[in-house]
Amino acid sequence: MILINAFLVSGLFCLAAQILMDNTKLTPGHITSLFVVLGALLSFFGLYSKLIEYGGAGATALISNFGHMLYLGGIEGFHEIGILGFASGLLVKSSLAIVSAVVFAFVLALIFKPKN
Amino acid sequence: MKKEEYQKLVSEYTPKENKWKNAALSFFVGGLVGFIAELIALILQNSFGLEVTESYSWVCVIMIFFASFCTALGFFDNWVSKCKAGLFLPTTGFAHSVTSTALDYRKDGFITGLGSSFFKLAGSVILYGIISAFFLSILGVIIYG
Repeated sequence: MILINAFLVSGLFCLAAQILMDNTKLTPGHITSLFVVLGALLSFFGLYSKLIEYGGAGATALISNFGHMLYLGGIEGFHEIGILGFASGLLVKSSLAIVSAVVFAFVLALIFKPKN
Repeated sequence: MKKEEYQKLVSEYTPKENKWKNAALSFFVGGLVGFIAELIALILQNSFGLEVTESYSWVCVIMIFFASFCTALGFFDNWVSKCKAGLFLPTTGFAHSVTSTALDYRKDGFITGLGSSFFKLAGSVILYGIISAFFLSILGVIIYG
């Protein structure tokens, strides 16, 4: 059942991150950066696609998917237009997450005041 | 007071966090995020006839919007500080960091505040993501062809 797989994949990644954070002095900023790099590495070894096959949106919902998308973008860019494609294609797939986060954050910052 | 004594005093008064409770909560909340994401993806696939990858993209946008909106309303900060890795490791954490800095630094002006501090927290994710993916994709092409 893919719903349970999604629960397991996402839950285990978060569990690993939490254990790492509680036993070291790393901040959430360190952990998220580390997991993005980990996502790119898993993608490099061909494992992240398998993780998505297994856990579906449970795997794509993680920040590691950002690294996976960047890596795939670089590879696809190369296959389309050659060496320049590493630079021009890298952000193509992850543009969705960055642009939507930027647009929502900006518009919401115009409307709302910070609450403390 | 010597430095070591001071360090000892600090560590005595630093509140001890329950590691087991944190770990269990992160696993459960993080799993729940994945579960809901997959549930929305399945609904999109079955009711709206979207392709699998397309449905994941929509889920991503929906999650980012939800996290940004809850941050703007002011209660996502509490959720993140309670659920920790369960909420900051999924894409919701990325949206939360961007929106909370945007809200906080808006008072310093649109260019010097909002503009220059926008990626204060999320910048490291983008920087190290791009650097690692750039070199790994070159290496990947060399190795796998």
